[in-house]
Amino acid sequence: MDLVHFENVSMRYGDDGPLAIEDVSLRVKQNEFVAVVGPSGCGKSTLMKLVTGLAPPSEGQVYLGGNQVNGPQEGVGMAFQASNLLPWRTTLENILLPMEIVKKYRHRFRKDKAEFEEMGRALLKRVGLAGNEDKFPWELSGGMQQRASICRALIHKPSLLMLDEPFGALDAFTREELWCMVRDLWQEQPFTVVLVTHDLREAVFLADTVYVMSKGPGRILASKTVDLPRPRDIAVTYTDKFAELVFELRDHIGRIRETRS
Amino acid sequence: MTRAQRKRLLIKASPWLLLVSLTLLWELVCFAFTIPTYLFPAPSDIWAAWLQYRGPIMQHALQTLFTTVAGFALAVVFGLLLGILVGSSPIIYKALYPLLVGFNSIPKVAFVPVLVVWFGIGTVPAILTAFLISFFPVVVNMATGLATLEPELQDVLRSLGASKLDILKKVALPRSMPYFFASLKVAITLAFVGSVISETVASNLGIGYLMMSASSTMNMGLVFAGLVVIGIMGVAMYEVFALVERRMTRWATRGSEIAF
Repeated sequence: MDLVHFENVSMRYGDDGPLAIEDVSLRVKQNEFVAVVGPSGCGKSTLMKLVTGLAPPSEGQVYLGGNQVNGPQEGVGMAFQASNLLPWRTTLENILLPMEIVKKYRHRFRKDKAEFEEMGRALLKRVGLAGNEDKFPWELSGGMQQRASICRALIHKPSLLMLDEPFGALDAFTREELWCMVRDLWQEQPFTVVLVTHDLREAVFLADTVYVMSKGPGRILASKTVDLPRPRDIAVTYTDKFAELVFELRDHIGRIRETRS
Repeated sequence: MTRAQRKRLLIKASPWLLLVSLTLLWELVCFAFTIPTYLFPAPSDIWAAWLQYRGPIMQHALQTLFTTVAGFALAVVFGLLLGILVGSSPIIYKALYPLLVGFNSIPKVAFVPVLVVWFGIGTVPAILTAFLISFFPVVVNMATGLATLEPELQDVLRSLGASKLDILKKVALPRSMPYFFASLKVAITLAFVGSVISETVASNLGIGYLMMSASSTMNMGLVFAGLVVIGIMGVAMYEVFALVERRMTRWATRGSEIAF
């Protein structure tokens, strides 16, 4: 079953601004891990806005779970390059924020707070943040903040997780650690993920399907199914097969850049 | 005592040291140049005036404190509400801002006669002048705090199905608290300016009135005693709100004392 379905979607900002994306059609299956890669300015973030209903498409239709998206969608989890944690809340309070807002949970937040806190603690433990529940975000390192941010996006069990370059600001080692964290979370309890990134290795390592986008206006140039067996170990990134996939995607990106200049 | 301890002690005592040395210098200048008391009283003359008139000074000071705090309280409530309105809607922001700036540019002393016509002399115009002069910084700071909310944070919340009210309650308001408490420190000192101005022009109570009547009899010691009392009350109230600010927004300063 398709969870996300784009049907010939175009999008421009303002009435006569340039097209941000043009004629994009794609399908994301339930529990599929999809990565969208492309050079900066290819409308990756626009794609996120369209799926979550934060902005309406100029042309075409976007469907989420079989229903046309018009208006902000409830219960989509999002994490960005900046962790956007609230500095006046502790880590645990931060990741419980969705429980205070999502319709399904908010009416019983006060009553079942202890239960939710248990869920939060368990999730933090799974991402290796046990013992940091009562620290404030500014007392955590960048990688830890990003882990907490992903916890916040997952705590309410969203049907769709949108990740917008969530590892972009981290150093290479921390980034690989967080790849494995996301991989483990996904492997244990599959959910649908759309990961927007410009890191090809990240895309190939994590995703089932990788879409390559061109820029100005954003168009989908190629889609590549990653058939590396799961669960994937970080060592897989040093195999020939992995390198071939990355190289193939890199070739597409290279061609985009040549045709532009 | 180590060097670091001594340095910390010096920093703590520095405002008092400065105050004492300035007072001594003042006394010395008055004494050395034999400046007459009716022009520029020395600290010792002010002290004498305080001892002589402390009953009436305290009575008038309490009145000023009351009108100031009442006007300030009105300003906080009104400023908070208007600030939320202005900060959360771009249309209201655009529409109201020029009007607010225009209004704030009117010297409030020019407005006191109008208030007198409407409410008579005394307590009410003093409270209203304190209110009028001190609500502006609260509105501006509150509106700025709300209007500078990060768009990503709004996206995160909206994608969870949050209403505008949810975003305001969960994120925008708590995030604006450092701006709000900073504005309180400015507003309380301005409120003193407002109430004293009004008392000077139209009242028979309060420090402003006391100073007016004292200067008409050339009792400069008493005038200066009034000035000093206003200053002390201002500093005291400022410190109260600085303390409240530190308590309420510890997260904004990352738990450390003051930056730099």
